[in-house]
Amino acid sequence: MTELRELARRLLSEGTVNAVLGWEEGPRGARPAFVTDAAGADRLIFDPRCVHNLAAYLSPRRPHLKQLGKVAIVLKPCDAKAVAGLIRETQVPRENVVLIGVRCGGVLADPESTEPLSEATVADRCRGCPDREAKLADHLVGTAGPGFPGPSHRAQKVEELAALPADQRWAFWQAEFEKCVRCHACRQVCPMCFCERCLADKTMPRWIESSPHNRGNFAWHVARAMHLAGRCVDCGECERVCPEGLPLGLLTRKVAQVVADRYDFRPTDDPAVPAPVGTYRMDDPQEFIL
Amino acid sequence: MDATPADAANFEPRITAFVCNWCTYTGADLAGTSRLQMASNVRIIRLPCTGRIDPMFITKAFERGADGVIVSGCHPADCHYTAGNYHARRRFAIFRELAGFLGVDPGRITFSWVSASEGAKWRDVVNDTVTRVRALGPFTNFRRMVADPATVSAPSTEVK
Ligand code: SF4
Ligand code: SF4
Ligand code: SF4
Repeated sequence: MTELRELARRLLSEGTVNAVLGWEEGPRGARPAFVTDAAGADRLIFDPRCVHNLAAYLSPRRPHLKQLGKVAIVLKPCDAKAVAGLIRETQVPRENVVLIGVRCGGVLADPESTEPLSEATVADRCRGCPDREAKLADHLVGTAGPGFPGPSHRAQKVEELAALPADQRWAFWQAEFEKCVRCHACRQVCPMCFCERCLADKTMPRWIESSPHNRGNFAWHVARAMHLAGRCVDCGECERVCPEGLPLGLLTRKVAQVVADRYDFRPTDDPAVPAPVGTYRMDDPQEFIL
Repeated sequence: MDATPADAANFEPRITAFVCNWCTYTGADLAGTSRLQMASNVRIIRLPCTGRIDPMFITKAFERGADGVIVSGCHPADCHYTAGNYHARRRFAIFRELAGFLGVDPGRITFSWVSASEGAKWRDVVNDTVTRVRALGPFTNFRRMVADPATVSAPSTEVK
């Protein structure tokens, strides 16, 4: 933590950046922090409660950081994949951000948790995560824990669901979609959902019915899963912020598996690796096409 | 959800086909001008390219009462816009698995490449799809959402 604070202080006092985005102690656990002066660097923390994917603040739809000029952002290895995604999709010029990587051995599922990090309390995406530090980072600080073994519970649930007959899967999802109130928190928190006008807000034509009825909810979750195919970095933020507890990670996981199996693409913090949707190979498998 | 034999006998599937202007539409036209006999359950929506066929079109078709959907365009290497069908192929592959995961029987969606000269192939695609969807029965999933809200609220299959 001292290392992180010293680095932030130096970047701010030397004028390399105008702000450092990281985490601080809030009234209810860790929370995102914007530090704009060197004295404030001591507010910064990093511990297993630093769950939030701060890359979402970099997306151009959110002007917070842009107004501050050049910024530094503190990143876990998984968050770095989202930054790489934003660079890959030309949303963030690489030279506009300083990336401070924190070495990571897993975070808690809940940033408000007071429990120690353990097999039971760890965020599901950390189970089996092989990354201890972000290769994309300009600076690396801290030491990493050993990490947690996989497989993730989500991946197991995807398999169990996939083994059910179609009508039972339909019933499962209908019961889940029924809870969705279409607050779009899942969209707002997602670093890769940066469209100026989301399909869900378009009315001419209205592809996604706006009322929180299962018909529109189905369309919404299809749209979101499709738009994030090959782009989702599995940060789990959508599922974490959903006020109704929808298992959104099952959808993103499923799509990620399809993309990995068919196109050999896994989320990466290398912006030079092309995205799997928007590119193609002439010999892509097409066993499902007559 | 499965149709009884009696239903199946009276059931005429409604099939929506999204086809590209350059190959499949022309192929379907050829099937017509050649007077090929085929099932008349298909309503064609013509688009410039398979690359223009958004998965939301398929979702909307089902939402609005289609029992099955056909998506068809130019063979690989034949796209009028060079690569629209290659992009579409990836999108459809992902969508197909997603739809299946959400509980839509993949048998309700046909993807095909039909060129401008393949009138007979279009006939086969149509007949195959109609036969397959007829066997699956009416797609009542969306209709039930409106008709019987209780069905929608039914407890989910527990997956722990
Ligand atoms: S956050 Fe949850 S309730 Fe809100 S729109 Fe997304 S899935 Fe629905
Ligand atoms: S879809 Fe969810 S898990 Fe994927 S990048 Fe967006 S917030 Fe993260
Ligand atoms: S759901 Fe789709 S249209 Fe909406 S913000 Fe996300 S990527 Fe953009």
